[in-house]
Amino acid sequence: MFELLGVYFQYPFVRYAFLVGVLIAFSSSLLGVSLVLKRFSFIGDGLSHVAFGAMAAATVLDVGHDTAVVLPVTIAAAILLLRTGQNAKLQGDAAIAMISVGALALGYLFLNVFSKSANLTGDVCSTLFGSTAILTLSKADVWLCVLLSAAVVLIFTLFYHRIFAVTFDETFARATGMKADRYNLLMAVVTASVIVLAMKLVGSLLISALIIFPALSAMRLFKSFRGVIAASACLSVLGAAAGIFLSILASTPVGATIVCMDLVLFVLCCLAGMCRGR
Amino acid sequence: MAQLVCRDLELGYEGKAVVKHLNFEVNQGDYLCIVGENGSGKSTLIKTLLGLRTPMSGMIRMGDGLEADSIGYLPQQTVVQRDFPASVQEIVLSGCLGRFGWRPFYGNQEKQTARKQMEKLGITHLAGRCYRELSGGQQQRVLLARALCATRSMLLLDEPVAGLDPAAVQEMYELLCTLNREEQITILMVSHDVGAAVTYADHILHISEEPLFFGTKEDYVKSETGKAYLSATGGGRHV
Repeated sequence: MFELLGVYFQYPFVRYAFLVGVLIAFSSSLLGVSLVLKRFSFIGDGLSHVAFGAMAAATVLDVGHDTAVVLPVTIAAAILLLRTGQNAKLQGDAAIAMISVGALALGYLFLNVFSKSANLTGDVCSTLFGSTAILTLSKADVWLCVLLSAAVVLIFTLFYHRIFAVTFDETFARATGMKADRYNLLMAVVTASVIVLAMKLVGSLLISALIIFPALSAMRLFKSFRGVIAASACLSVLGAAAGIFLSILASTPVGATIVCMDLVLFVLCCLAGMCRGR
Repeated sequence: MAQLVCRDLELGYEGKAVVKHLNFEVNQGDYLCIVGENGSGKSTLIKTLLGLRTPMSGMIRMGDGLEADSIGYLPQQTVVQRDFPASVQEIVLSGCLGRFGWRPFYGNQEKQTARKQMEKLGITHLAGRCYRELSGGQQQRVLLARALCATRSMLLLDEPVAGLDPAAVQEMYELLCTLNREEQITILMVSHDVGAAVTYADHILHISEEPLFFGTKEDYVKSETGKAYLSATGGGRHV
């Protein structure tokens, strides 16, 4: 088994995939805790569909570097969605569902009507489920991912207490003179960036899993915000690493395997939580 | 000089006034209860005092070292908070964030403030406990400790006893009374419980469309507004 893994890890693209997978899992788990607690669990789903729609449009329009289109569009959608939380004519969950389904449909329609590729189903499938994209990462992608993860960690370290305050009680935070809007904006931008990058790994349909599973698992086990954040990061890295190893050994799709590992971890955490008598 | 003066304040949503001609002032050490029916604008008044919304017209002046962001605020609990994984210590400390500047981490001073407030409210032994596992009364004490971390002079409480059992309600009122008398902390409280309001407070602000009432509780009990409201809510029992 280890020999087989050893053989695979001689290839740089496998090492890239592993590094990027673990880093993305790590970043999204940090964001996940705050998003889940603010009742934005579906934001990963919604934004990844927006990113899918933007990506489809970029493909059809034949824009050279599609990230240049996808990232700004997704960030705009994130700001819009996270803002509706406060003074919404449209409820947060309804807004997310609407944008998500709308973008998905638009994207698929674009690809269908204007596609130049012979294998349309394959294209859509790999964008949605990310089955092969992670194995075709370039060195630039890897560096981008490292930089983004470093930025997420830095932001979380510097603003940890403020993120806690805004997540726990936004009104109180505002009343004591904190600029809560700025932190919401920051979170929206970071979330969108992580999601756009994560699409390459697990595809747009499974990003939600990377955001919510580690956070939910960690909440079964820990009772302080610090504990939940730390455990969420560890569980996410564990799930991603185990998922990638397993997908190599059993030749299964990477994204789906990672999510299954996260699901297993969640069940284990539930059981552990119950055993501790809560 | 008064801590807080409101002159001819007009509050409302989207251009429609809910409260007009609101005049009152609060001095250091006062205990003011804000009463009135649902939808009469009590919560809007609170948000305005905290600087979260701007009044439609009129003036709010703060003095005596008080500023909008140095009011200790005890909000009504939200659904999110009831199952939030956070330790008591983390929550109380977050009250210090307001006068924190740009530093990323808490220093000794903040930790000491938090410890002192927890001691004052008798929740030191709960510091490591999870917020969602506490009783309603304990949760309110935690939020009160957080509010005290954010202020030195004024507490603004929005229905602090809503959803508490009778024993916890009593404790909460006595706690507020102690803070008011011994620490000279000004208390502004929005309450449904007009009976308790006239028992504990020294001033009453009654908000409704018309007529408004502001004055000492002794005058309130004698006033037409007060009499009508007290008998309607059965709150006269404490007097």
